[in-house]
Amino acid sequence: MNDFFTSSVLVATAASAIRLATPYLLASLGETIGQRSGVLNLGVDGVMLLSAFFSYWTVLQTGNLWLAVVVALAVGVIMGVLYGIITVFFEATQGISGIGIFIFGLGFSDLMFRQQVGTPKPVQRLPRVDIPVLADIPYIGEPLFQRSLLTYLAFALVPLTFLLLNKTTFGLNIRSVGENPQAADSLGVSVERTRFAAILIGNTLAGLAGAALVLQLGIFQPNLTQGMGFIAVALVYFGAWRPLGVMGGALLYGLVNATVLQWKSLGIIPVSISDLAGMAPAIVTIGALILLARRVNAPAALTKPFSRH
Amino acid sequence: MRKKLRLISSLIAVLGVLALGATACGSDDSSSGSDGGALTMAIVAPSASDDLAFSQSMVDSVNALDRDITVQITDGTFIVEDAAAAIRGYAEDGVDVIVAHGTQFGASLAEIAPDFPDTTFVWGTATDTQGLDNVFAYAPAADEGGYVNGVVAAAISSTGIIGVVGPVEAGDAVSYINGFTAAAEAGGATVNVTYTGSFGDVALAAEAAEAHLANNADVLTGTAQMVVGAVGVASDAGVPWFGTQSNQTSLDPDLVVASQVYHWEFALEEMLELRDNGTKGGQTFEINLANGGLVIEFNDGFELSDDVKAAAEAAIAGIIDGSIDTGA
Repeated sequence: MNDFFTSSVLVATAASAIRLATPYLLASLGETIGQRSGVLNLGVDGVMLLSAFFSYWTVLQTGNLWLAVVVALAVGVIMGVLYGIITVFFEATQGISGIGIFIFGLGFSDLMFRQQVGTPKPVQRLPRVDIPVLADIPYIGEPLFQRSLLTYLAFALVPLTFLLLNKTTFGLNIRSVGENPQAADSLGVSVERTRFAAILIGNTLAGLAGAALVLQLGIFQPNLTQGMGFIAVALVYFGAWRPLGVMGGALLYGLVNATVLQWKSLGIIPVSISDLAGMAPAIVTIGALILLARRVNAPAALTKPFSRH
Repeated sequence: MRKKLRLISSLIAVLGVLALGATACGSDDSSSGSDGGALTMAIVAPSASDDLAFSQSMVDSVNALDRDITVQITDGTFIVEDAAAAIRGYAEDGVDVIVAHGTQFGASLAEIAPDFPDTTFVWGTATDTQGLDNVFAYAPAADEGGYVNGVVAAAISSTGIIGVVGPVEAGDAVSYINGFTAAAEAGGATVNVTYTGSFGDVALAAEAAEAHLANNADVLTGTAQMVVGAVGVASDAGVPWFGTQSNQTSLDPDLVVASQVYHWEFALEEMLELRDNGTKGGQTFEINLANGGLVIEFNDGFELSDDVKAAAEAAIAGIIDGSIDTGA
């Protein structure tokens, strides 16, 4: 255990935790906005897969990382429009629709990968951007201020999402249609437009999460996300529908994962219980979720389609 | 009206299933020889047929068979029930030989194989046929290639610390890692092994590699299809990588030192000859360095000293003649 408590290993573990947390954080923040408006999206994983593939493919074709990010955002917008039409205007059951989006994303990204790429080919990864002065701070400089721009963006979105939800009229509208859409409607708030906009933002961030994942790894494989989108949805519950809580959940999940990997690497966790230890992130998250779920209420209108009739 | 519109969500799901189906079914790869009288074979594999790892090794091997065959492939069947449906489907279609390429497909095969006594099922990696007369089993002596890679890895490591990224502690993964560890430790290196618990989680594999680098590893290896993430980390750090299952040189032509490549065709050829003579199963086969089923393919783009090359060749010779015990 002493090997773990060295500065280099602790710094590496923190850096790993932040890398692992980044896609979860982006997707969870988007899902938070959607859920606060009353819309559950179980298709986050599918959107992440689609955006991950198309951004990977863009880098493969053009070598342009930022174009790849734009493509991922565009994929998120397209999927958001699709999901918005299905759930808001057609009032489809959100759970089933989300699963449909997930299956579509899983299958279509797989199909496109096989048709357009085939054998995995590495592409350039997102470059590290050192923040002047801060990057040189001992211990915290490396994990916090020597990251990619998408990681900085993910964490910058936490206060921005908070401000959006709590300090703007649009945020007030989002919260009101998520709690009591009938009342919001009677006060002149367009429930459909507000939810549609929230879904668009949510899916766009899911798209960004897919780009962050694949450009962090520099390679794509079928089912690359391995269910990350579903974890992201769970983290919204974990974070009690609040951006700061969601960030805490994403960081906790990443930190437990990173710590387990370090302990395995150092032999602190014996190989004989390696698989058991691999369940730790999920167990910790579920445990925390059980504790939190007892004292926090979900948006009252979550998963309920709105209809004036 | 609204009810009809709600069906659109179902339509999306159907589209997804169709897309999945399009990728999973009938990625018919090759047909060599004539249309009439050709042996029909099918491969059911858990990951992509071009994964540079486990599944690709079988696809490449079947395509390398010097026979008049028609091959169908269903890959990406990471859900065992999907694989079982594909296996049964091929059997019902009258396919002559069905390769169930995954240890996890064994239980399904035990149910399906007795229903189709005229079909030959080929199952691996496995060391027994579950008592079924129409099942051939196959396994690689992955420890042998692991041992050779371990000899070279220990010789080129400066820090004396080597990181290994594995999936789940089972099958040929554990065999490869045990062989690698035995040789590297015999060469004076410390070997740190991380099983991520997943065959497909590329992100975790990448982070496992990062953890090894943080612990001063300067040589990495790993097994299963998720290692592409770890190879990316090795590339960024300029750290040599050793591959297994398929040749992984294309992932980094400068840093992949060598790959243990599975040539299943040596076992498959024997199985097909037995089938030609009326034996549809009931035997177990192993591919190894001695029978040519395992080959260490060195990357010419990575320069090894003559001493290290000689040590590798000596290890291969020693394993073949039995003077070296891999410890597995």
